[in-house]
Amino acid sequence: MARTSLGRWIPETFDGRLCRPYQDPFSLQPMGQRATRALRRVNPGHNKVMANLTEAILAAGLKDGMTISTHHHLRNGDALLNMVVRAIHALGIQDITIASSSVHPVHAELLPYIHSGTIRAFECGVNGLIGEMASKGEIRCPITVRTHGGRARALMSGEVRVDVAFIAAPCCDPFGNMNGIAGPSACGSLGYATLDADYAETVIAVTDYLQPYPVAPISIAQTQVDYVVAVESLGDPQKIVSTTTRTTTDPIGLMIAGYAAEVIEASGLLKDGFSFQTGSGGTSLAVADRLRDKMLAAGIKGSFGSGGITGYFVDMLEQGLFRTLFDVQCFDLQAVRSIGSNPGHVEIGADMYANPFNGGAIVNQLDVVILGATEVDVDFNVNVNTESNGYLLHNTGGHSDTAAGAKLSIITVPSIRGRLPIIRDAVTTITTPGETIDVIVTERGIAVNDRHSDLKEELLRRHLPVKDIRELQQEIVALTGQPKPLEFEDDVIAVIEYRDGSIIDCVRRVKA
Amino acid sequence: MEIRRKAQAGTMQSSDMMVFVEPAQELTIEIESTVVKQFGHLIRQRIEGKLQQLDVRSGRIRVSDRGALDYAIDARVETAIARAAEE
Repeated sequence: MARTSLGRWIPETFDGRLCRPYQDPFSLQPMGQRATRALRRVNPGHNKVMANLTEAILAAGLKDGMTISTHHHLRNGDALLNMVVRAIHALGIQDITIASSSVHPVHAELLPYIHSGTIRAFECGVNGLIGEMASKGEIRCPITVRTHGGRARALMSGEVRVDVAFIAAPCCDPFGNMNGIAGPSACGSLGYATLDADYAETVIAVTDYLQPYPVAPISIAQTQVDYVVAVESLGDPQKIVSTTTRTTTDPIGLMIAGYAAEVIEASGLLKDGFSFQTGSGGTSLAVADRLRDKMLAAGIKGSFGSGGITGYFVDMLEQGLFRTLFDVQCFDLQAVRSIGSNPGHVEIGADMYANPFNGGAIVNQLDVVILGATEVDVDFNVNVNTESNGYLLHNTGGHSDTAAGAKLSIITVPSIRGRLPIIRDAVTTITTPGETIDVIVTERGIAVNDRHSDLKEELLRRHLPVKDIRELQQEIVALTGQPKPLEFEDDVIAVIEYRDGSIIDCVRRVKA
Repeated sequence: MEIRRKAQAGTMQSSDMMVFVEPAQELTIEIESTVVKQFGHLIRQRIEGKLQQLDVRSGRIRVSDRGALDYAIDARVETAIARAAEE
């Protein structure tokens, strides 16, 4: 066992890889060169189009023990990963590692293939039942959870080598030029797949909208693609993007959003050139809504919005409140429409978005990010991976990346969820270190990290309900009662990798 | 109070509880909860306290809890019992 600087015990090795204990957010230095892959030559007259997935898998030379990937822009509407694993299973190939950008509840269909040994491990976080089953010890399948920037780093450094990438290509031509803006499975940005296109040994574009050469605009180019397969459907369009994303109407959520907007105003960052990121949750969007009003009222012109992009951000772009949107993933139809038509709406890859080991990621230019949590603790550490029942249920996304990069990272969270007090002595799992979290906003009060005494004073001067985090915690527990601590077995089912590749925590099997 | 007939109170929404009561020889309490691991003991304690206060000595009490706080538990139990005590 090894101990992180935050006091968590982690294994010496996990799934055959040495675990380097987390030390701090910024000092770990990378060594060596970027990963490479073999050169290739395609002569005139070459045909990339394969009759079906099976033929493409055989052509790619996929063998026992290799690693595959998909991207998660089709979210819970994705049919490709399940389709690929079925084809691999039918070929009798075993011990495959899945290194997708994320796995969603729809991929619970993979459980039998974990039991059968087709799937050996996940080099990515998982959302939903797979993590729950692993937490209960009902499947044995090591899981390495990574941030979006951390995944970019791991592919670029060669720590994760993808043998065959299956890229869902919503609009694609027979030579492999693709984008995400057209076709029945249009998902907008293909930002997470660009890494796979750059580093996977073999790249297979899979499309349900094969168009005559050339497809433009080009998100991923023909020079990166080895094979093209047309399938009937890549997924369920209803679940790929939301038709609309809306602000919350919940009074608690609105109260939290109101406080968060006040904190941003008090920080002094809300001025010309302001940059901002938020997720697609109802409370986050309510914060964006209030900021928009404040920006319009004060005539403030921001610089950029980033991350997963929603219609709210598109409106702000079109109203001139931001010059640019940096889009790694579209969350709704309005964002998909905009990325194909607004010149200021820029598709970016996960490397440019959040990788800590390059010439500088966009997250480093962020003023403010609004983030969620399943739990926070009195040291401001945040858990987004496990729920209070101890089950691994959520992937990290860009949480730790944006928290580390932004000048002001704000957690918006209700103080109680279904009787569970959200502020704990110690979070069940550390996803994001407290050192990178500045403010926690709940409906019962605002806690400010001690590193920001100026901000704390300014909030008090504005008569906002600032409380010491321990005081806030006690107030909450007085209402909920003290929960019984969870009990865990010794075996580690997942490690939580920090964006720099060190291990910040691990997830143990929950005692039955 | 006496449980004379079947009755229920509450909702299945988050932070609420459904309480089902019916006549029985003995007093039994069955708890199903999203937070049974963390709060099962406190939920039972609270229900027992409320039943004692209402002087309920027999009946089958079943709750389906979605993380109700103590005051919500009190209100739902009391309402279910009041409904079950009606002629």
